[in-house]
Amino acid sequence: MNLLEIHQDPAVYLVLAALLLAIGLFGFIRRNTLVGMLISGELIFGAAMLNLMAVNRFFVPDPTVGHVFILFVMGLSAAEVAIALSIVIAVYRNYRSIRTREIAEMQG
Amino acid sequence: MNAFPASEFLIFVIFWLFAGATVGGALFAVFTKWIIRSVCGLATASVGLAGMFYYLNSPFLAMIQILIYIGAVCITIVFAIMLAEPDEPVDAPGMHSVPWNIGAGIVAAAIFWGVARLGVTGDWQTPAVRVSDGSVEMIGVALLTTHSLALEVVALILLVSILGALAIARKGRHIE
Repeated sequence: MNLLEIHQDPAVYLVLAALLLAIGLFGFIRRNTLVGMLISGELIFGAAMLNLMAVNRFFVPDPTVGHVFILFVMGLSAAEVAIALSIVIAVYRNYRSIRTREIAEMQG
Repeated sequence: MNAFPASEFLIFVIFWLFAGATVGGALFAVFTKWIIRSVCGLATASVGLAGMFYYLNSPFLAMIQILIYIGAVCITIVFAIMLAEPDEPVDAPGMHSVPWNIGAGIVAAAIFWGVARLGVTGDWQTPAVRVSDGSVEMIGVALLTTHSLALEVVALILLVSILGALAIARKGRHIE
């Protein structure tokens, strides 16, 4: 494989998306504040978009469908961020903290 | 003969610059202690992702990625950080314990190994013929004809999420 044409190779993008997914998942488990978990979730969203886009570029007869789908995903992710951050604000107002350990009242 | 002999090399270097920005930004976002730096890492990763989209033949999505992720998502998270002070005190036991981190690393490594192996060894079929080139013009036509319902649904989702966010954040607010 020619190293200079590596950007034409779908495997690079798929591995990069998998790496991004793993990093996001690691952060999601590791973080103990709500905002930190939200940022990791955005990384996972990015991994999903990169994966979809790579498949759309190389293996799909009509690439337009993938573009529309990614736009849909981006809209969902923006909506998710808006809702999640308003919940963070509401939680902070009630608990004066957004650490996940301190808002585990319903843990039983 | 190419009129720009170094252009292939430049394309190669810029590709790895963007790939490095994606991975490096994501790692920085996950490993840094302060949440505001984590947001900066997310922004860097978004720039890298936009570059990846550019290399994947979709400059439109690259622009949208920068607009939405850096212009909207990161800024919104910064606002939430300013309002909610998510950082822990320096002397408090901030992150989870070491075994927890190692467990998270093992889970992430396993997921990475599985998904990457699927991506590399999978039997992907390249289509014989492409019916469109995925240009911005084709996307615009598709959004207003074939996929107009998706566009409307996204608009509705965004409207509802804005109203929901306002309702949730507004409740419980009272004058002391």
